Formats: sequence, structure tokens, C-alpha cells
Amino acid sequence: MSLTLQGMTWLTRRQVLVGSAGLVGAASVLGAPALGQSSSGPLKIGVLLPRSGILAQAGQSCARAEAIGASVLKGLGYSVEILSADTESNTDTARARAEKLINDGAHVIVGAFDSGQTGAAAQVCEQRGIPLVVNIAAAPQLTEQGYKTFFRNFPTSLDLVGNAFPLMKEVFATTGKAPTKALFLHANDTFGMANKGAFERLFPNAAMPFSMLEPIAYDPKAQDLSVEVAKAKASGAELLIVTTRAADAILIVREMVKQRFEPMGIMSPGSSGLYDEQFYKVLGKYSDYATTILPWYDGKTPLSQQVRAEFVKIFPKDNFEGHAFNIGCTLDALLVAADAHKRAGTTAAPALLEALRTTKLETHMMIGPAITFDAKGQNVNFSSAVVQNLDQRPTVVLPKGAAEKAPVFPMPGWQNRG
Amino acid sequence: MSLSLYAGTLSSGILTGLVYGLAAMGLSVIFGVVRLVNFAHGEMMVLGMFAAVVLAAAWGIDPLLSALPVAALLFVAGYGLQRGLLNRFIDRPDHQQFILLLGIAMILVNGLMMVFGPDARSTNVPYGFDAFFVGGITLDKTRVYAAGGALIVAAALYAFFRFSRTGIAIRACADNQLGAAVVGLDVKGLYAITFGIGSAVVGIAGCLLSLVIDVRPQLAADYTLLSFIIVIVGGLGSMGGALLGGVLIGVSEALAGVLIDPSRKQMVSYGLLILVLLVRPQGLLGKRG
Repeated sequence: MSLTLQGMTWLTRRQVLVGSAGLVGAASVLGAPALGQSSSGPLKIGVLLPRSGILAQAGQSCARAEAIGASVLKGLGYSVEILSADTESNTDTARARAEKLINDGAHVIVGAFDSGQTGAAAQVCEQRGIPLVVNIAAAPQLTEQGYKTFFRNFPTSLDLVGNAFPLMKEVFATTGKAPTKALFLHANDTFGMANKGAFERLFPNAAMPFSMLEPIAYDPKAQDLSVEVAKAKASGAELLIVTTRAADAILIVREMVKQRFEPMGIMSPGSSGLYDEQFYKVLGKYSDYATTILPWYDGKTPLSQQVRAEFVKIFPKDNFEGHAFNIGCTLDALLVAADAHKRAGTTAAPALLEALRTTKLETHMMIGPAITFDAKGQNVNFSSAVVQNLDQRPTVVLPKGAAEKAPVFPMPGWQNRG
Repeated sequence: MSLSLYAGTLSSGILTGLVYGLAAMGLSVIFGVVRLVNFAHGEMMVLGMFAAVVLAAAWGIDPLLSALPVAALLFVAGYGLQRGLLNRFIDRPDHQQFILLLGIAMILVNGLMMVFGPDARSTNVPYGFDAFFVGGITLDKTRVYAAGGALIVAAALYAFFRFSRTGIAIRACADNQLGAAVVGLDVKGLYAITFGIGSAVVGIAGCLLSLVIDVRPQLAADYTLLSFIIVIVGGLGSMGGALLGGVLIGVSEALAGVLIDPSRKQMVSYGLLILVLLVRPQGLLGKRG
């Protein structure tokens, strides 16, 4: 109850707490600009990644760009401070951590590797008026929401799958062998379903030499994919097209070896897993010949060489190629944010957003022309490469201009590997 | 779909289910005697898995062999935990026990995360990619060995409780705690031994399962939940029920993957759980009351 003293009404502690909570909630809901953000000083970039949970391997791999980026960005004349946050591979946590990063003073958010988590962070950023620069997330619907603060430096599923079809045909033409039946085996998360949708939309007009069998979906958290692989084997598929994460890619190939399922090839239109460091470590010789068609880093540029040198210095026990894609995408997103800050000359959100819309970044790590964004905040200037695991490292095999080696198709049987 | 696909799937489900059953048996033993619901069960299992991974990586010890020292280690840990901490909570309200064990679970999983990181690790045994081919059926070697190990441990556990003096004393405690105390049994000491045995069993299950799956700290909660489903289906406190529940869950999930949709196979476990709760709430082999 409230106390009355000489005509004044005093609030109880409970009333004060309830009122404060209400004010904070209302401020959040109404999209009040973040408090305590000054427009001078270094750009505070909140890097939101799945550092633990089911996507931790990929998230930790992306996070290496933070350690490397600190010195690389400084060397390029950018002034940034990085704040780290973990989505725990969970959409609700991603939303909460994006909110916290902004409350902690982040001027820009970079992330979040997974489409579902990126979508959650995008809602917060739009509400708070803070730019979100996406490192990796392919679900097409992310750029169809009409967000004004969303900038994606990564292809959509439609682009990934659309770019993969002609390159697959090039692999078949180069090797003179083509499958007649293919099966799509995919995780049923946001990215997996987006890729499935892209397949269904683009395949009928792609004039591929193979027919598509009934796809098989699975839970990306599954510990056992023996049934899925047995079904795929029983289907008689000659080509296995997959959309995987890290752990499930290992499970699939291990089961394929055990069950002696030997299709002509395993190909992924842009998903992670087949080129990850862990894939090579666990599977050894069985990791070879798996193929991913995706945007890749340009190993010949001075920036990539500098990043590689930093990587070797900071992570001497690890193999750079196993992390290059995740680092490249994340570092490019950091560069986009830092470049916008440099051009805007302020950390104020409206100026940063304006600078991001007019981005034309020539110096970046991934193959492709200068990074620019269209009216929806999408970089449309991506090209893909065919990256095949050869000698237990990701190797560019197509297009010919960038190829280190020739593609191998069909892949040798499991028992015929040294 | 071919007959060999169904036969292979069925055998794979049985083999995996036996290991699941062994894991759940640890939970069932602890609950049956101490009347304590071990919310850190999956975490202890993952601890066993990581111990197997470390022993395999450092000295090349096969998890089938490392199961013995890991069981000893977890017995000591479980015994110490019950003796030093959990015995003080035996007479406290259930929610305090739950919170305590949830706290232990969080400490274990976060400790593993700090030490080993989030990456999946595997025991990489030489036969990890091999299989037996029986007729048209493919039997994964690691699953066959793990299931064999699970059956041996389950039989040993049964024999211990059936024939050894300590096992009979523990069963007496489970049947009538007051009566056991009256005839001079050290009830709290026997609780500690029981918790140690339950922990050792789940540690062995972790070692065996490390042959089949890749190990990550985040697996723990899934295996706690799976063990709960199995013991509820099989009958809380029943060792045979745990094994039966494990096989039922393993087989039904595997067959659902073929007959319905692999991404919906877990739905079948929960369906089975609800069915058992409706038709036979005490579980398939559980005692009423």
C-alpha cells in the first residue's frame, strides 16, 4: 500500500519497480533509440554468432575473424571496437543478445550465420534503428521484409542454388560423366528449407541431366542419420545433393561409408559442413571428393594473404582453409561496417545507414566485384566456385580461371582410397 | 522400399536401443533405491563420453576397454556426491533436490564446454567405418560392439542386485527404508553405493555410445530427456523395463524414419510416452503404487 505523509503520496517499492519495468518495456517496444551512444570515437561493432550450441563449430570459426580483424582493420585505417555475443544457436537468444549488444552501445550488428537467428536479430535492429550487416544467412525472405536497416553481404538460397546448377553441369561436362538420378538430403532448419524451396523453384527450368527423387529432410540436431542414409541408398540415387551443417555432414558421410553407399558424388549448393576443419579431422580420407559450390575467398589478394598470415600467427595448430570461408564472410561484413563508419565520419545510426546504402567496397576477401547493396539491402554481385575436397583440403576446381586442380567425378569408392 | 531396408533399420534400432536402455538403467537404479530424480544424468553420460574420447586420443584406448576405468571414476564421483552432498537433501522437498541436481548438471556441462570447447569429438576407433554384412543387412560394427557391451553390463548389474550381499541390502533399502535401518543396515551408505553404481553404469553407457556418435557437451540435456522417456515407458525403478524401453524407443524411432519421415521420428517417442502414461502409468514393467 502507498504511504501518505502531509498530503504527499509516497509510492511503495513494488509500485516503483513495476513502473520502472513498464517504462523500460515501453521504451523497448516503441523502439527508443539506444541510450548512451555518442557519435564520436571508434565504431562499436556487435558481433552476434552461434558460439555455443548446435552451430557452435561454424560460429567459433566465424569468430576467428574478430581476432584477425582487429589488426587487419587497424592496418586499413579503420577505428573499431568489437563486442561479442553468443546466440547459443537459438533464435530467442539471438533476439535477446542483439538487444543487449545495442544496449551495451553497439553502433552496428554483424552476424548471425544462421537465417533463423539473423531474422530474429533483424527485427530488433529494425526496431532500434541500428544497422545489421549479415555475414552468412541465405534465406531469401530476409531481404523481402522491407527492412531499412538490413544489409546482406551473402547470396540468397536462390542465388546459391541458381549459381550451382551451371557449375554442376560444367563438372559433368569436364569429366564426361553425369548422374541420371539425384536426391536432396537436407536439414530441416530455416536454411535447409530455403534451399529446398530454391531447388523446387529453379530445378524445372535448369535443364539438368538428372531427375530429382523425393527429398529427405532431417533434424539438424539428430545424433543418428543411419535411417536417412539407408533411405537415400535404397532410392538408387546416383548423386547426393546435401544441405548440411557441421556435425550432420560428418554423420552422413560416416554412415555412407558404413553402409557402402557409393553414389557418383556428394554436392552441396553452398551449405557449410563439407569444407569445415572438423570434417577433415574426423573423416580423414573419407572427407575427400565431397564438393561444395559457393562463393569462395580469393587467395591471391594481399588482404587474403595478410589474413592467412594473421591466422597462422594466432591459430598455429589449425588449418586456414578449413576456416577460410567463415572468416572471409565475417571479415567482409566487418569491413563493410567499418568502411561505412569511415565514410560517414560518425557513429550515429542515420548517417551509418546512409553510408551503408552507398557502399562500394573494393578491398574485400571473397571473390567478386566491389561490394554494393541494392534497394533491399542485398549484395547481388556474387559468383560461386566449385570447391572440392582433395588431399583433405578444400580446393577450387572450377571455374577454370580460378581452378587449382581439375574436378574428380565420379568420386572413387570408399574402399578405393589410399 | 526393400525388405533389407526394413531389416537393417530394425536391427540398427535394436542395437542403439540397447545402449539407450543401459543409460536409462542408471537413472532407474538411482530412482528405484534413493528416490532421487537425477537431472544431471545426461551430463554424467557426456562426462563418460569425454573420458572415453580423451583416453582414445591420448593413449589409443578403445572405449570398450576404457569403459572400466571410466566406470570406476564415475563410481567414485557418484559415491562422493551422494555421501557428501545429496544425502543432506534426501529429506528435503522435491523441488530443492531438482534445483540442486539441475545446478550440478549446469556446472558439468559448462565445465566440459570450458575444457573441451563446442566442437564435436570422436573416438576414431579403427573399426569406426566398418560393418558386418549379414545377408542383405548391414550391421554397423560399432553399434554391434556397443550393444554387446550394454548387454554384458546389464547382465552383470542384474547379477549384482540378485546375488551379492550388497545388492540384496540395497534392494532391502529400496523396499523398506525404515525396515532396513531397523535391522542395522547403513541406509545412507547404501544410497551412496547405489548412486555410485548408477553413475558408473551411465559412464559405461557414455563410453559405449561414444563409439556410435560424435561427442559434444550440448548433448547432455537430450540424453537426460531421452533417459526419462525410456524409464517412464519401461517402468521407473525397473531394470528390465529400462532395457525394454530403450529397445522400444530405438526401434520405433528407426522404423518411423522409414515409414513416416526421418525428421519426425522423435514424435514417435513422445507418442509412445503419452500412450504408456494413459494405458499403463506405472510403465510396461513397473510396479503399481
